[in-house]
Amino acid sequence: MTGATERMTGAQAFIECLKKEDVEVMFGYPGGVLLPIYDALYDADVRHILVRHEQAAAHAADGYARATGKTGVCLATSGPGATNLVTGIATAYMDSVPMVAFTGQVPSFMLGNDAFQEADITGITLPITKHNYLVPSADELPRIIKEAFHIASTGRQGPVLVDMPKDVTTDELDFSYPDKVELRGYKPTFKANILQIKKAAEEISRSVTPVIYAGGGVISSNGSSELLAFAEKIMAPVTNTLTGIGSFPGKHPLSLGMLGMHGTKYANYAVQECDLLIAVGARFDDRVTGKIESFAPNARIIHIDIDPAEISKNVRVDLPIVGDAKGTLANLTKYSKQCKSEDWIKKISEWKVKYPLHYINSDEVIKPQYILEQIHAACEDAIIVTEVGQHQMWAAQYFSFKEPRTFITSGGLGTMGYGFPAAMGAKVGRPDKVVFNIAGDGSFQMSSQELATVVENDIPVIVAVFNNGFLGMVRQWQELFFDHRYSHTCISGSVDFVKLAEAYGALGLRATKPSEVRPVIDEAIASGRPTVIDFVIEREENVSPMVPAGAAINEIMDLEVK
Amino acid sequence: MRHTLAVLVENKSGVLARVAGLFSRRGYNIDSLAVGVTEDPTISRMTIVVRGDDHVLEQVTKQLNKLIDVIRVTDLSAEESVERELALIKVTVDANNRSEIIQIADIFRARIIDVAAKSITIEVTGNEDKILGIEQLLRPFGIKEMVRTGKIALTRGGKSV
Repeated sequence: MTGATERMTGAQAFIECLKKEDVEVMFGYPGGVLLPIYDALYDADVRHILVRHEQAAAHAADGYARATGKTGVCLATSGPGATNLVTGIATAYMDSVPMVAFTGQVPSFMLGNDAFQEADITGITLPITKHNYLVPSADELPRIIKEAFHIASTGRQGPVLVDMPKDVTTDELDFSYPDKVELRGYKPTFKANILQIKKAAEEISRSVTPVIYAGGGVISSNGSSELLAFAEKIMAPVTNTLTGIGSFPGKHPLSLGMLGMHGTKYANYAVQECDLLIAVGARFDDRVTGKIESFAPNARIIHIDIDPAEISKNVRVDLPIVGDAKGTLANLTKYSKQCKSEDWIKKISEWKVKYPLHYINSDEVIKPQYILEQIHAACEDAIIVTEVGQHQMWAAQYFSFKEPRTFITSGGLGTMGYGFPAAMGAKVGRPDKVVFNIAGDGSFQMSSQELATVVENDIPVIVAVFNNGFLGMVRQWQELFFDHRYSHTCISGSVDFVKLAEAYGALGLRATKPSEVRPVIDEAIASGRPTVIDFVIEREENVSPMVPAGAAINEIMDLEVK
Repeated sequence: MRHTLAVLVENKSGVLARVAGLFSRRGYNIDSLAVGVTEDPTISRMTIVVRGDDHVLEQVTKQLNKLIDVIRVTDLSAEESVERELALIKVTVDANNRSEIIQIADIFRARIIDVAAKSITIEVTGNEDKILGIEQLLRPFGIKEMVRTGKIALTRGGKSV
């Protein structure tokens, strides 16, 4: 504990703790049991953004965290406020995003009595938080908040929830903020074992067809430049998972793009033919591996991960290295030599020419891939946030990312409605960047109420609605596997997105022809205002190529082009 | 394959729910779970008997270690250890078979802890086979009620987990 203490209420201590943690913004929504906290916020020097639905507060904190690398903070009241955070917390948990979610709770003496707006949020979030707390007394609030931020932002990052009964916020305490945390059950391994690194270097020296498979862990550990140096030194091609996109420059000659269900053919072929697969900060998700027994059948597998529980969870690993991606890659680069991979690199270059990502453009109807190419041409440094569905896959395929933290998407949980509030959070954290939310007409309608928030707080994000009048990804599966029976996936004519934007005071634009695509993009960027662009696109365009569910990833097929 | 895990955890409310929840949501099977405070009042010790192959055991151990409130996980199956379980068994008796039942209890070095006109309650301590053995012998008389603690275990010798 630091020396001097000051007498204050729990609510005031809450504000002081946030200041000590350098929290520059939080996203929240008030409620009955949060009145003392919001009263303390009234004249506190901490930025608070009032959302229109608590789920958006969690997603915004998540988007802020992914865009900046700092811990995102959200705040909601007890009961329904807290349960509305759940989807956002689960989203952050699946993608290992550092977040601290604060919830109000009924007073301690009412706990368990089914009081008004009571929900057992620590119980509810047990499986979707890295850890959570029900604060027992005001005295313990500073230590718990210190621990919450520490746990959220270290090791394998993730969301931590702190539930604060009302009396904890009104009772007084002698405030002092702890300097360090003492958690005997929590000591994540950062520094990899040097013997394992040397063994890995030996494996690498023997490989002639290596592939690096890099995931979101590289971005979490800020290890992108180490990844680049490592790949260039050993001369191995790099494929990214969905959440790993941005960790390796998309236009680099060694880049294979994304792998898996909607990955590039050459990434999938390379993984299936490689003799050594070096997984870094990735977790062998089923959308990546396809049929797991057939995944990388000829490869020795090195798995670098900060979470020991990920090692050999889904696939047998030959050489585990537990440690953070950045430091481990730097060390591995030091000990490794270049692979004899010239022929392999040549073969991959030939695949890239023979099996490129492709689509057939049109002069009459807007193709979704074309929009992404035009956004890239207009603003290649933009932060691209997505919702979930076809547009998400097209964004992963057709926007070439140069830098980490510029592609933000719900990978693990696949949360529709994530993109718009996450884009808002990203823009708040990176006001210097142009931020696009690539959305489907389905997904955007799950969070469109946040137009009020972005207009009120002047957060100029651009929502590009890929409007095909369908819940497109499900429709695609219905087309392919359910005999074109489009059960409840047609949502055409649900709303006029331009008028919707205007109703909230945002700029609404529309493009119905390919020739209008670039002008509306330029107009949106130039306006500096929150903008919704309604791109009326080809209705039944499919995401291609595709690995059918349950198939090996080299059984990737082109879908019929419309 | 069954494994006995000694799990040292923070002695706080909610820890049992975290551990039990982990087992159920990841589909691991618990045969028994016994928990109590240790020589250090801030630490509780759980003895968990889990069923599964080496891969399952590795995952269980790693996932338990990820819980912030879990301090240490030790696989006692891999160590030399002593194991005990306690059971209380209430058996139906009458004047004709009372002495036979008492004799069975004696053979198992069990204790009679309650006697009534129509029942006897027996306390027996031992490994799983022993508990199973006395249960099988008493069953024909009619077991009215039975409770078991689940296995607890310590390493042999001076070493601790």
